[in-house]
Amino acid sequence: MSEKLLEIKDLCVSAGEKEILNGINLKINKGEIHVIMGPNGSGKTTTANAILNNPEYTKTNGKILFEDEDITDLKTDEIARKGVFMSFQLPEEIPGISVTNFLKYAKNKITGEPVKIFAFKEELKKYMEELKMNPKNMERSLNVGFSGGEKKKNEILQMLVLNPKLAILDETDSGLDVDAIKTVSKGIEMFKNKDNAVLIITHNTKILHSLKVDYVHILVDGKIVKTGNQDLATIIENEGYGKYKNK
Amino acid sequence: MEKNKTQVEEINRNIYDIKNKDDYDFKIKKGLTKEIINEISDQKKDPDWMREFRLKALEVYNKLELPTWGPDLSELNMNEIATYVRPKSKLNTSWEDVPEDIKNTFDKLGIPEAEKTSLAGVGAQYDSEVVYHSMKEDLIKQGVIYTDMETAVREYPELVKEHFMKCVPVYDHKFVALHGAVWSGGSFVYVPKNVKVDIPLQSYFRLNSPESGQFEHTLIIVEEGASLHFIEGCSAPKYNKVNLHAGCVELYVKDNAYLRYSTIENWSKNMLNLNTKKAIVGKNAKMDWVSGSFGSKISMLYPMSILNGEGSKTEFTGISFAGKGQNLDNGFKVIHNAKNTSSVINAKSISKNGGTCTYRSLVRINENAKNSKCSVSCESLMLDDISKSDTIPVNDIRTDEVEFSHEAKIGKISDKAIFYLMSRGLSEEDAKAMIVRGFAYPISKELPLEYAVEMNNLINLELEGAIG
Repeated sequence: MSEKLLEIKDLCVSAGEKEILNGINLKINKGEIHVIMGPNGSGKTTTANAILNNPEYTKTNGKILFEDEDITDLKTDEIARKGVFMSFQLPEEIPGISVTNFLKYAKNKITGEPVKIFAFKEELKKYMEELKMNPKNMERSLNVGFSGGEKKKNEILQMLVLNPKLAILDETDSGLDVDAIKTVSKGIEMFKNKDNAVLIITHNTKILHSLKVDYVHILVDGKIVKTGNQDLATIIENEGYGKYKNK
Repeated sequence: MEKNKTQVEEINRNIYDIKNKDDYDFKIKKGLTKEIINEISDQKKDPDWMREFRLKALEVYNKLELPTWGPDLSELNMNEIATYVRPKSKLNTSWEDVPEDIKNTFDKLGIPEAEKTSLAGVGAQYDSEVVYHSMKEDLIKQGVIYTDMETAVREYPELVKEHFMKCVPVYDHKFVALHGAVWSGGSFVYVPKNVKVDIPLQSYFRLNSPESGQFEHTLIIVEEGASLHFIEGCSAPKYNKVNLHAGCVELYVKDNAYLRYSTIENWSKNMLNLNTKKAIVGKNAKMDWVSGSFGSKISMLYPMSILNGEGSKTEFTGISFAGKGQNLDNGFKVIHNAKNTSSVINAKSISKNGGTCTYRSLVRINENAKNSKCSVSCESLMLDDISKSDTIPVNDIRTDEVEFSHEAKIGKISDKAIFYLMSRGLSEEDAKAMIVRGFAYPISKELPLEYAVEMNNLINLELEGAIG
């Protein structure tokens, strides 16, 4: 069994007429935390959406392999069931279904097994305490009327409950205060083990202060222009993306 | 990327489509003449006053024009409709005595089961006559009357004469006049002063006979300080030719009384549903309507509350779901006719596969209705580009001393929401069904449990055929 979880080969993606990604290569092994950083509009969110095959984007070239299986053209739900999860930058509001019922339903779809109600509720309770979430939110409609921070925590809760092999966190840290970022980092630490991996997408480095990562990739104009370790994030924090632009 | 499309023209409505042989005891010949009305009166052994009433209603029918607005009704030809079909069953008080094929139908619709578990009384009509009626002993002891309309005409003539087609007069519109001429079956409920009926009563109307009509009359009187929850269900198997439903519901909610009237209508898609429902609400009384409209080819249904008593209230919660070939023109009417009255209207509609949903409403706040409140919210969801949705509200407010708000939203299922749910492992069908169920939830949670389950099943069933 290979240690390799995700492999992106020469991926080009466009949205409408506009080409956004032009030739991304990325390999993520089990047990690793990767970070993709980049200025606004560099294609970070597109990368996350392309892995989940959001139909709003068109893949014009390249391949995405997950555990050595080609998932490039699979439907979003099939990819999710293989073990890929994405925390959304702007989670959708779905009226009329409570967070609890939604998670129960989704967990059943992901695992293909009936959810054991008692154990499930205990698990939820534990995660929510760790994430400092208001238990009342569980009976509210999914994300409806949640604050920005509540929505982000709810994404992390979903990650913990659905327990994917690869979690992609798209700008999960953006718009959060220091305490909330710490809580999110804690959620990632709870999730992380030697058999899974995390891909963090962000435009700032705040979350990296409370989390140890293995690789940092700099994405500019739809290409990864530099890969390094956590120190690279510190350099970006001090110097910005200037020297990688317009090359 | 090419997506696989599954387009199902006509979905299997399973239990609703069980067709029994058109095996009647008596079926009147098609058409609408004085002779036919007299024949119906003979068959039903009407008292003289009722025979005269029918004949007068026929005259009114002949004078009135079809509505000049709303869906096109030109395919309705009364010469092709048999207005009275008597099933091969008398009125029974035990399911054991109901003929087997009829009992089987109601069994499959879950009526006797619901009666055991969650209802205080049940009436079941098959074609033009009620074949079963029963109520719990303790309600009988408290003086509650729940029976078929024919029995009421015979046994409670004074109560019936005082109220029958007084709330909905025959000249209201053409199909009310038609109803007055050919009505048959339906339920009569009388709840005496201060009696609280805690468990619902339910009447179920099943039309089995092709090229026929159902014209049941429901008359409910809730006396001062009394309360009742009444549930009405209806369905029919599908035939190729038009069937007609022109029922009439008259509700009298006296001072300080409470009535909740819930309907799940799941007629087949060859049905023209031209039903009339009206309530007169007394001082500090409250009238709640809950309505789910799923079936019919054409539906024109606008329940109405007349708030005649000071401090009276009404609430309407309704949903329509129109699929291929359906034109559901539904809504609500309220007249504020006294001080301190209030109304809340919450209407939703879902259209798919080329279906049309129209919300049509009237809110009138009369000059004498000072310090009244009305809030209207209507939301429509279209599941594709070929379906239609429209909102036609008429607001006639004749005093300044009111609080009135109207909110309307028309939208489509968001691709972003579908992607979000699919990223959590839900298939596209599951994702859409979850969004639609969530949209309908504020209404379905108001329905009796078994109907809420039925509505969710219907949504799933309907969506299976709708996903493109």
